Amino acid sequence: MGNEKTRTRYIGRSIPQNDSPLKVTGTATYASDIELPGMLFAKLVTSDRAHAKILSIDTKEAKSVPGVVAIATGSDFPFRIGIYVGDRDLLATDKVRWVGHPVAAVIAETLQAAEEAAEKVQVQYEDLPAVFNVRDALKPGAPIIHEHMSEYRVFPAFSPVPGTNIANKFVLKRGDAKAALDKAHLVIEEEFRMPRVSHAFMETQTVVALYRRDGVVEVWSSLQSPFAARYLMAQSLNMPVNNVIIHHPFCGGGFGGKAGLGWEPLVALLSKMADNKPVKLILSRKEQFVSAAVREAFIAHVKAGFEKDGKFVAYQADFIMDCGGYGDYTVNVSRTTGYAADGSYDIENLDVTCRAVYTNQVPTTAMRGFGYPEGHWPLEQLLDRAAARLHLDPVKIRLVNLVKPGESTTGTGEHLREDAGDPRRVLSTIVKELKPNGRIPESKEPWVIRARGFALNVKGPSQPPNASGSSILKFNEDGSIDLLVGTGLFGQGTTTALCMIVAEEFGLPLEKVRVPFERGTDSTAYTWQTVGSRGLFVDGNATLGAIREAKAKIVEISSQVFRVPKEDVVVRDGAASVRGRPWLKIPLSDIAMAYTYPNGNAIGGPLIGTGTWTSVLNSYLNPETGQGIPSIFHTFGGTGVEITLNLLTGEICVEKGVQVEDIGRVINRLGVEQQMDGGMIMGMSISLWEKMQVDGQGWVTNPNFSNYYIARMKDMPGEIRKVAIETPQEDGPWGARGVGEMTMISVAPAIANAVFRATGVILRDEPMTPETVWLAIREQRPDLLEKAMKALGGTSDTTHLQRPLVRVKSGQNETS
Amino acid sequence: MSEGGAAANGRIGIKVVVNGSIHEDKVEPRLLLVHYLRETLGLTGTHVGCDTTNCGACTILMEAEGKWRAVKSCTMFAVQADGRKLLTIEGLAKDGELHPMQNAFWENHALQCGYCTPGMIMAAIGLLQYKPEPTEEEVRKGISGNLCRCTGYQNIVKAIMQGSKQMSANKQTIG
Repeated sequence: MGNEKTRTRYIGRSIPQNDSPLKVTGTATYASDIELPGMLFAKLVTSDRAHAKILSIDTKEAKSVPGVVAIATGSDFPFRIGIYVGDRDLLATDKVRWVGHPVAAVIAETLQAAEEAAEKVQVQYEDLPAVFNVRDALKPGAPIIHEHMSEYRVFPAFSPVPGTNIANKFVLKRGDAKAALDKAHLVIEEEFRMPRVSHAFMETQTVVALYRRDGVVEVWSSLQSPFAARYLMAQSLNMPVNNVIIHHPFCGGGFGGKAGLGWEPLVALLSKMADNKPVKLILSRKEQFVSAAVREAFIAHVKAGFEKDGKFVAYQADFIMDCGGYGDYTVNVSRTTGYAADGSYDIENLDVTCRAVYTNQVPTTAMRGFGYPEGHWPLEQLLDRAAARLHLDPVKIRLVNLVKPGESTTGTGEHLREDAGDPRRVLSTIVKELKPNGRIPESKEPWVIRARGFALNVKGPSQPPNASGSSILKFNEDGSIDLLVGTGLFGQGTTTALCMIVAEEFGLPLEKVRVPFERGTDSTAYTWQTVGSRGLFVDGNATLGAIREAKAKIVEISSQVFRVPKEDVVVRDGAASVRGRPWLKIPLSDIAMAYTYPNGNAIGGPLIGTGTWTSVLNSYLNPETGQGIPSIFHTFGGTGVEITLNLLTGEICVEKGVQVEDIGRVINRLGVEQQMDGGMIMGMSISLWEKMQVDGQGWVTNPNFSNYYIARMKDMPGEIRKVAIETPQEDGPWGARGVGEMTMISVAPAIANAVFRATGVILRDEPMTPETVWLAIREQRPDLLEKAMKALGGTSDTTHLQRPLVRVKSGQNETS
Repeated sequence: MSEGGAAANGRIGIKVVVNGSIHEDKVEPRLLLVHYLRETLGLTGTHVGCDTTNCGACTILMEAEGKWRAVKSCTMFAVQADGRKLLTIEGLAKDGELHPMQNAFWENHALQCGYCTPGMIMAAIGLLQYKPEPTEEEVRKGISGNLCRCTGYQNIVKAIMQGSKQMSANKQTIG
């Protein structure tokens, strides 16, 4: 079914999302729009200490505020939750672990009363020594942030180290990196860093929960993965799984930050505490920054060995992730960054360690790219550095090292399937679209340099081997179809693509196929999670299974009606007909609820198809060596940029972008291209401007969009060229692979490579703000700065300058 | 203030015309306009994204001195809107027909999660009130007060360009 390139009605075309009419009219219902009778409001009380013992919590004055119903503290919920390592309390139990750690929750009849009371909750603390960076947290004798780690529930793939601050340690070993480095022609040793960043989805996390008197909990939450939330919640509340119902309203952006379990169990228990009345919690933007999980900070200490011809022979990497007060997904991000450290390259000798380390900072979780942006930031810069040192072209050095599907083995020992994609074509397409070696028009201002750079990327979903999905396809009386799939919807467009597949396969108009917009775990088919760009692949395969099953039933019924062999029945154009005898035809609407013969006899029944999909190829990774098969596919891609760099201000502007991904088969072109646009801008925003600033006491000093700058419309590059390469993967739905996250991964190193190519200046830190860039130029190429100053007509003496000449953006991050 | 002024419980009477309908309510002085629209009037198409007037998810149109202007409804108290005409996303489609700007956002796939979309559409229509046929550059600058994390903005610019042409061709006015 499907893989041959035939003329299609929908597959490969540009189709606007089918839920758009609801979104453009303000009708789409988000969690914050949910109103239930008698609903109460919750407000968090959060810690103003980074690390402190809770001595007492006085709620007396707070309780006297009119409208207050109850106040919960940690002792009301004495248990821990967490997807992979159960390290998180719902409200701080004995101590607080970061500034912003929720300590208490007020429930009141109005939000105003809850807010007023929250300010009156008095918490007495005894400060404990705090630790704000991973290097300190790893030192012997460092304050231990999770003393009871040995009692935590741990998913088998993870290795926290009790008695330390290490939440997970992952090791990847292949060959003998040390020996290969000793022998290598060129060794580059370097350190690269990335800061904590916020997902900055436009809708803050919002939960409405109703703990019903019959013991069933209903939740309406802005989340990505309804089924994961249900399972984790049932597990943490020790409830039967089907006593938890997660409703999935429209979700205002996720990017990984709404992937696992968020505030759902807390609000459910608040509802139970408030005499089973529904309770609503809406995080303020500030709370979203400081009390919820963000993306971890990252340090990569790397050593890369190359032969004279550019062959990348050894990679030794020590990755450290600052996972903050609790680990959540970050323990798996650390595993993934470790096993994918070699990117798209065949490196014979690997010695990679990745540790996720607790600190007294804001906790962290999954974010778009899931460890791959981290790994690619050093890797793709090292290749350009090595190319320069070896007098090779950055294209050439990649050609020497790129994996060859069908021949190569990845760093984890996976034989790369022949149809995994075409990284060489990705590279040649970037070269064609960007012309990195072509003539670059000179800037009119001599202090502005125009430059081109690129970087490649690869990514697959990081998931447990048994992460499966299912699909139910129900026909309605008129032959229209309701498709029940569990994949969450937060704008990525998976459900539209799935509808396109169904409409294509049955030859129905797209309007006749619909995924119900508001779904619940009790009313739709299971899928493990909506993460890792796995939705279309897994649920698409499950949906193809459901299509096959429904088609088989249609064929069975029609062959009886027509009295022909089953092989002669074809299902297309919304009807079943007989091959070669097109006048023998029944529209699907006549079979949908049972076919009725002229005499009234009926056969068949309501048409329903079910399908499931589980990967049979994946495995856990060996805990000593990281060897195994972690991913269901690898999408190869890359980014090219043309930038201007103002030497006097350090400001980088992306003028043109090129996005290339080999996604197997385009299902919805409009969706794919917009992922490429979105990934470009988000990648640009994170790599140029975004950083959560923290002061010496652990306070985040920019928890709002005034001081935490994210890309605006005026920052868009003039042009983004988007190319989807189609090397179909045999077991992908219509040959497709995932694409959503991949588009962000290589943006940062592409920009850094452009700067490096034009100036030789190495940028080790994200974000590449005007100040960091300017200081790097001043340190590494003072001559360029002097020349630029002269061109401006000023002094060429730059020694007195501590800062760039002009500050560029309000809300720009400081470097210190 | 409209009839009543400050009531005994500290609430203040306001009278506003929202999407053509008159509403009279007594509101707390601290009630933000966005919460008045969402909670009192049930117009939940206007969203809250940041609480600090940075993101523009709460953008609506307000008439002042005979001109319609885009305003961020989380920056205003409900009492400040007293006596004004307001237009929210719910007031755009007429008789089941989408507004050209709504159509343009749909057709150009100028949205993903949809959370910023109502504010974007209102900001776009607001921009066209003083720049009826903007250039792409003017759109990029003019709508920079509205944040979108999903789309990368490209299609939003396309949609606003298409919507503005359509509105111009229709000689479309607000009110």
